[in-house]
Amino acid sequence: MNAYLIPLTGGVLLGLSAMWLLLSLGRVAGISGIAWGSLAGPERAWRWLFLVGLLGGGLLTHNVIGQPVPAESVAPLWLIAASGLLVGLGTRMGGGCTSGHGVCGLGRRSPRSLVATLTFMTLGVITVFIMQSVMGGAV
Amino acid sequence: MKAWPALISGVLFGLGLTLSGMSDPAKVLGFLNITGAWMPDLIFVMGGAVLVTLLVTPLVTAREAPLLASTFSLPGKQLLDRRLVGGAVLFGIGWGLSGYCPGPALVSLLCGYESTVVFCVAMFAGMALEGPINRLFASS
Repeated sequence: MNAYLIPLTGGVLLGLSAMWLLLSLGRVAGISGIAWGSLAGPERAWRWLFLVGLLGGGLLTHNVIGQPVPAESVAPLWLIAASGLLVGLGTRMGGGCTSGHGVCGLGRRSPRSLVATLTFMTLGVITVFIMQSVMGGAV
Repeated sequence: MKAWPALISGVLFGLGLTLSGMSDPAKVLGFLNITGAWMPDLIFVMGGAVLVTLLVTPLVTAREAPLLASTFSLPGKQLLDRRLVGGAVLFGIGWGLSGYCPGPALVSLLCGYESTVVFCVAMFAGMALEGPINRLFASS
């Protein structure tokens, strides 16, 4: 039970984070949009503060609460780079990622976010299936 | 517009991503691996998060304005289009290749791993390429 209580608590914290940002500043807690806007957008201050807080939250988990840092991905760097390129291009084109469409958009009952979330979840599953089955889980 | 509330939001988000296991690419890939050794943990992460936003969002947006800004800045688009679906397809493939999406990758920068740095640099490059690629397709 505890194994699911911790993920559930983490998820509730993500939801509360998004709701506080909406209530206080009227903004969507979409990480891809915040990350890109911190470099390219107007009103960069709140975005930078969000990102500083994001890293601070990670520090709290690993250095204060003492939960171990996850292991590094075993994928080769070329694959990591290809993955990053697709994630960056795709989230800008589709207007959001797991947080903006998945957490915030579904909460707003946005049809666009529902379609986006179902699409990227499905493609994630298919991609992992191909990597595992066809390529034998070699990477 | 005030900016400090975003710091609180960021801390909560960073805590949520790391505590829940969402920042662990092995767990994410295990979650997406539904035909293999499926790891259901992350259902509870998404479930917990969406439960909160489903319940609370209507209460917040019923207000005339946010507490510390003059208006809500919410996406106005309603229609589905090729960009939305095409973007989600590319994002899903990228996510499945490494197990990283933007939040987990950024929060993992502090782990000091070469792969998270490479991912984040590539991600920003991909974001920067979106404009030129979009113009290329629009003009052809």
